[in-house]
Amino acid sequence: MQTEVFEGKLTTRARMRKFGVLLTGPGMLWLIVFLLLPTAFLMVLAFAQRGSYGSINWDFSIENLRRLVGFSSFGWSPDNLLILWRSLKIAVITTVLCIAFGLPMAFWIANHGKTMRAFLFALIMVPSCTNLVIRTSAWMTLLGPDMFPAEIARFFGIIAEGESLYPGSFAVYIGMVSSMLPFAVLPLYTSVERLDWGVVEASRDLYAGPLRTFYHGILSQMMPGIVASVILTLVPSLGMYVISDLLGGGKYMLIGNLIQQQFGAAMDWPFGAMLGSVLIICSVISLVIFQRVGGKNFV
Amino acid sequence: MSKKKLPFITVILSIIGFILLYLPMFLVVEQSFNASKHGQSWGGFTLDWYTGLADNAMVQTTTVNTLILAVVSTIIATVLGTLLAIGIHRTPWGKKMQYFYDMSINVPVVTPDILMAIALVSVFALFRSWTSLFDPGMLTMVIAHVTLETSFVVLVVQSRLVSIGKDQIEAARDLYASTAGAWFRVIIPQLSTAIISGALLAFTLSLDDFILSFFTSGPESQTLPLYIYGSLKRGISPQIHALSSIIFGLTLFVMVLMVFRGIRKERKLARKL
Repeated sequence: MQTEVFEGKLTTRARMRKFGVLLTGPGMLWLIVFLLLPTAFLMVLAFAQRGSYGSINWDFSIENLRRLVGFSSFGWSPDNLLILWRSLKIAVITTVLCIAFGLPMAFWIANHGKTMRAFLFALIMVPSCTNLVIRTSAWMTLLGPDMFPAEIARFFGIIAEGESLYPGSFAVYIGMVSSMLPFAVLPLYTSVERLDWGVVEASRDLYAGPLRTFYHGILSQMMPGIVASVILTLVPSLGMYVISDLLGGGKYMLIGNLIQQQFGAAMDWPFGAMLGSVLIICSVISLVIFQRVGGKNFV
Repeated sequence: MSKKKLPFITVILSIIGFILLYLPMFLVVEQSFNASKHGQSWGGFTLDWYTGLADNAMVQTTTVNTLILAVVSTIIATVLGTLLAIGIHRTPWGKKMQYFYDMSINVPVVTPDILMAIALVSVFALFRSWTSLFDPGMLTMVIAHVTLETSFVVLVVQSRLVSIGKDQIEAARDLYASTAGAWFRVIIPQLSTAIISGALLAFTLSLDDFILSFFTSGPESQTLPLYIYGSLKRGISPQIHALSSIIFGLTLFVMVLMVFRGIRKERKLARKL
């Protein structure tokens, strides 16, 4: 076997690994105890049952999975599946909107001089330092009946006289996009900065139109960044329920609400764990897909 | 990337994007100076809400809790994350081990926070049967925040390590630097900006978080977001807006400062070369 050389034979693979274990030890221990173990525990809990007074009854069955797809002692109802469908719909639309705004923003920021670029990029992150709840409640006021967004919408005939933009699905999307947008722009901007513009010039030289150039010359290079940005918006939006609670006026039940209910008022932890496990599996699948398309890390 | 002529629509969409980000911030600042309390309209300029902060004990304790939580969790996450990133990067791990590391670090980034929250709450309940250390409170909140933040620190530091590459360390070792010497004098100084931006990201995540705190907090460890959420039904007090404006102003100031320091550093470097 060919021997590898580490730092000019000053050290060996075994020694470096020993040191590596030492370095990664504390962090990995933390992640194993507080991330991997709890996740595994949640997946076991998902197959337990709710006992009396919210206690946990360790009889393993797939009852919770049956409940998730809608079977109960009263027969089948589509309620849970509808909640899942609605959560997915909101998450997908939010993601599409975030990419639609994030992509031009990434190009626009990258198109400035060095100083301005760093400044604009920092500006993307600044609003996130103010808590989500505060920003969302600000939208509650902003989208109220007497504020200018409602008046603009009235002027264009989007809403009738006396109506307001909040609460409703429009307000939910505004709130979602406004809070998820920074996480969509982050990876997009990184991949715009790394673009090889030679490919674009080559494509123009070979008489490709602007659309073909954009598609084959730019988008194909940005694929890992776009996928990263889709995952970073889609998956967190799937679990987000605070924004739709506040801006939707509590009318829209989402999977996040359902999970929170199980761990709160309903005291049915095992069913909540089953709902969570399904979401975790979705996230891990999306992560694997991301690594398949050639992305390594998100930032 | 040199300057390109972008389609007009790009500029329009970017501006709408920035408006979406900054309109709520603008309202928060406006309300903090607005004399009319439930401010749909402008009732005159006032600083009362800012001076009122000094007397509001609830806002003060929750703010202190928020800051303690953010600072402590950021420090722990930055140390753990930086060590992890270096350990993963410099060690010739096998393929499977590398995959395991990549997966465990990326999972918190892509899972909705509510999942991390319920997983931790369940396992804390389990731990509580052995020790009362895991009663809901500051400790459980710090644990939750560190778990979320560590991965982000690792990702930021790792991407810098990748761009530094392995050549420099080998050169240093060729020139008879010890392993420690090579790291502390060659790599760590170059890594410092990445470590700082990782820490800043962690701090931001902690300040922005609501769901993790909601699930893991105890009666004694109310943080600002929780207090605000609880008082939303009665309408947010303008004092909260005053406080948010102060935080917003500070972060803006720090960001601008960092950007300009970075530029000055680069100019100095350019002059040297």
